[in-house]
Amino acid sequence: MPPEERDLRMNDAHIAVRDVTLAYDSYLVLKDLTFTIERSDIFIIMGGNGCGKSTLLKIMIGLKEPASGKVFYDGVSFWDADPTERNAILKRVGILYQRNALWSSMTLEENISLPLEEYTDLGPRQIKEIVNLKLSLVGLTGFEDHYPSELSGGMQKRAALARAMALDPEILFFDEPSAGLDPINARLLDDLIVELSDSLKTTVVVITHDLASIFAVGTRSILLDPETKTILASGNPRRLLEESRDPKVLTFLTRGQTDADRSSIARCFSGYLYKDGKKDVHP
Amino acid sequence: MSYSPEGATLQIHLKGSWTIGQDLPSAREVTDHVAARPGTGRITFDHSGLTDWDSGLLTFLVSLQNRCAASDLEVDINGLPQGVIRLLSLAREFKELEEPLDRKTPETFLAAVGSRAIGSVRYFTGVLEFIGEASVALTRLVRGRARFRRSDLGLLFSECGAQALPIVSLISILVGLILAFVGVVQLRMFGAQIYIANLVGIAMAREMGAMMTAIIMMGRTGAAFATQLGTMEVNEEIDALKTLGISPMEFLVMPRMLALVLMMPLLTVYADLVGILGGAMVGVGMFDLSSQQYWEQTVKAVNLNHFTIGVAKSAVFAVLIAASGCFHGMHSERSASAVGYAATRAVVVGIVLIVVTDGIFAVITSTLGI
Repeated sequence: MPPEERDLRMNDAHIAVRDVTLAYDSYLVLKDLTFTIERSDIFIIMGGNGCGKSTLLKIMIGLKEPASGKVFYDGVSFWDADPTERNAILKRVGILYQRNALWSSMTLEENISLPLEEYTDLGPRQIKEIVNLKLSLVGLTGFEDHYPSELSGGMQKRAALARAMALDPEILFFDEPSAGLDPINARLLDDLIVELSDSLKTTVVVITHDLASIFAVGTRSILLDPETKTILASGNPRRLLEESRDPKVLTFLTRGQTDADRSSIARCFSGYLYKDGKKDVHP
Repeated sequence: MSYSPEGATLQIHLKGSWTIGQDLPSAREVTDHVAARPGTGRITFDHSGLTDWDSGLLTFLVSLQNRCAASDLEVDINGLPQGVIRLLSLAREFKELEEPLDRKTPETFLAAVGSRAIGSVRYFTGVLEFIGEASVALTRLVRGRARFRRSDLGLLFSECGAQALPIVSLISILVGLILAFVGVVQLRMFGAQIYIANLVGIAMAREMGAMMTAIIMMGRTGAAFATQLGTMEVNEEIDALKTLGISPMEFLVMPRMLALVLMMPLLTVYADLVGILGGAMVGVGMFDLSSQQYWEQTVKAVNLNHFTIGVAKSAVFAVLIAASGCFHGMHSERSASAVGYAATRAVVVGIVLIVVTDGIFAVITSTLGI
């Protein structure tokens, strides 16, 4: 593709990452990553341990500046923008951190109100109503006055999700959402992700290596290669599983059982199935 | 363990229990035995007499394999129990699968000096960045545009003020007592006990009140700031603030600095008074001065200048304490030991800064003659 045409497509995309490279001293972490995320995608960034997934997330959400390359949100380059523009972009983004990152000195209500107080002109009563709504969406009604340390791991994860959703973000980032959750809660979270993307048209970016989640929710994905530090494969994860010929891709997507029946693996991780990008409930 | 040699093969008979905590033979015994019998090229095992085994046997075998590999001896593990064979091959498989990280060979002297120098440059760049960001945040604070929670500020006032009163009282009264004791021994030689009031009054107001309060607050509150912010860094709480577009400098550092800058001068004045009281206890209680005399002498000796210098110093110390605590906390690595290290570093750097600044103040005030 000629560079101009590629630039045009980059500008069209909801989020576009172009030629991003990062290295610590002489240690290369990410090399020349380029991909786009469309509106309402559930985009999975997958890869084994130490392949740079979390670093890529940090670059995308403005916590770490790349050595070279750009990240675009609706055509606006994040790292070239001034602080006001950056804040305007970040306001449209919600993030669920791997360690939840709830502010430990604040109650759940205060945690969820803070983004609202910062970015809206709502009065205390309206904010309280929104907080109650968000907490009820994640099943934590009645826990407004609890501190994060008083909750179980799963409840903290849900509270963190409520905070990430406080401003009704257009884009939600999930960093290893199923880490520390039991299979049932992990599945509930997956369902919630699909529900959010469906009903609110939220663009969801999930960083994970959990195959169950990958197949259950992903509409598009990239797989990072820990050796070359580049993108190994991209596309719908189910289709990658069925069609890819690359042994590295197959080893990852089949947990190393490359000779197993691929369609049965996909079926194991039941839930929502995507055909041609449309949701289709598995029979 | 016993041996039965058959031509080039040495068979080892494993007997009894091979478990950790027992006195097990070492692999060296076997290789010594082989060395004594030239021509041996292979080792086999017989485990018919083996009753029990655990990692004790495995470590023996792994070390034997390594020694034999070095001297081109073949070790045939087929005569071992199935479980042992599986674990040994698993250990070897992982060895081949994962190249261990290249642990750097010990640094040469020059390289060590170089990396230390680079480390120091990074540290000072970090300090400069922190000062820059803090100045920006301070301007916003002064213009009333800094974003932080007022309720946090209230808690910090109490933490940096009222809650520190007991320890400040104790230390100050003791410092007053000690100054008086040390001074009075000398002054009594000239019959000038009354001047103990001057000594204690001026020393407390000018130096010791501010200095002792600063050191107490560094160890108490500065270290607490470093651990609070360090733990927030570990839990990604600071990241969560940044991605929300809230400056951690405004939200976390400014309220802490403000609380200390407002509370420390008050604590210092309190420490001065308690210290003078301590001196009076010695003078009045033990050296026959009347409290009236002591009071009048103190009022005559200590003027407003002395107090002002002490209070001004305490405000500067407050900035240093808050900055050292917050800077080291925010630059902590993400582990439990790193947070501890950040707190230690904060206190050490903070105390050094306090003492050095006090020295600078001494030079300035003596030059100005105040």
